[in-house]
Amino acid sequence: MNGFALLLVRDLRLALRRPADAAVAVAFFVVGACLFPFGIGSESQLLARIAPGVLWAVALLASLLPLERLFLAEAEDGALDRLALSPHGLMSLVLAKACAQWLVVGLPLLIASPLVALLLNMDVNGYGALLAALLLGTPTLVLIGTVAAALSTGARRGGVLLALLALPLDLPVLIFGAAAVQAALVGDPIGAYLQVLAGLLLGALVLTPIAGAAALKLALE
Amino acid sequence: MSDFIGESLACLRGERPVFAGLDFSVASGGALLLTGANGSGKSSLLRVMAGLLPPTAGQIWWDREDLAREPDAHHARTAYLGHLDAVKAALTPREDLMFWLRYRAPHLNAYSGRIRADEALAWAGLTPLADLPCRVLSAGQRRRLAIARIAFDETADLWLLDEPTTALDANGALLLHDRVALHRARGGMIVAATHQPLHWPDAQTLDLDVLARRRSDAATRGKYFDNVA
Repeated sequence: MNGFALLLVRDLRLALRRPADAAVAVAFFVVGACLFPFGIGSESQLLARIAPGVLWAVALLASLLPLERLFLAEAEDGALDRLALSPHGLMSLVLAKACAQWLVVGLPLLIASPLVALLLNMDVNGYGALLAALLLGTPTLVLIGTVAAALSTGARRGGVLLALLALPLDLPVLIFGAAAVQAALVGDPIGAYLQVLAGLLLGALVLTPIAGAAALKLALE
Repeated sequence: MSDFIGESLACLRGERPVFAGLDFSVASGGALLLTGANGSGKSSLLRVMAGLLPPTAGQIWWDREDLAREPDAHHARTAYLGHLDAVKAALTPREDLMFWLRYRAPHLNAYSGRIRADEALAWAGLTPLADLPCRVLSAGQRRRLAIARIAFDETADLWLLDEPTTALDANGALLLHDRVALHRARGGMIVAATHQPLHWPDAQTLDLDVLARRRSDAATRGKYFDNVA
């Protein structure tokens, strides 16, 4: 097995033994989205109209929550040095970390999203588009977040920095993700939106390991 | 036969020069002990040698190959024991060893990795605890686990050990002594930062305090141009 798969298995095993971290993100997603019906009141039409945007914005924030510990936990106990000193290189390390993070946080968010859509009174026509858009969009969010996490590892008050770095870069995913669901709700074709999301994901897959490896090199000093 | 040489190395940490004008040389089978007071730069020097921290000035060579040019190859042949043990509380010692041994040596499969891990566990005296979570280990047992990862890693030509005997009992220090001798007999090199005498045969010593004193004497005499400070 190569270093990527070994690290992925180790991270998944660690996450399964400490499921609280992933659970917090999903709980934040559900509870955060629940605030909107309370804030807006009993206008279910208005709620249904803003549901795609709310869903995407809360999913984005929830995916940021557990990222702060992604490399910090490894740096604090000295494991990051040893992970860097291997034949596999830092890019494979960044990709494995991002992959594990998506499986532990992104996938549960995806699974919880129909429940949240129901709470927001979203029309059933949008569910398929929501799942497809989240499936293509959340990996991009996690990849961008991984670079931000690597950059904030060496900094104090890293959590705030992480959010400030990742949120602007996440905007295209938010825009096209919410637009895809919006289009499905009014019966427009969503293929073009999904293609843009897929393009963003491919771009992130190529660029974020490079950026993440460079950021980790700084964090190791 | 390989050699590992550093020339006129300098290191800055937060604008403060930690060491400057430092030379070292280790040959195959050699051992170099770094001594000096707290804060004299032993750990920084080990990180520079590992290629984790780029030196502010100077060069490091492995077999006349510049380290800065081939960082990945150097990372693959270097095993580093920091002052932190990198033990995850939720994993068992066997899982920990299997992961690190296989991460460093991609040719080990699940089966051979497990045999190797069991060998290392027996060496470290951790076999009875092999399947308990690492949170039950004492500080000394964690240190043994961290050393076992390196001691049973056959891919590493260079061991960089930062205070290896911290928290180890007398028996643990003896076990380390044996593995060190074996590694050197195979032609491996070791650089260790230490406060305790390690009694390794034919080990050279590099005293960072003496180096710093010599430099400050030279600077006050005005014979030496200091291009770092």
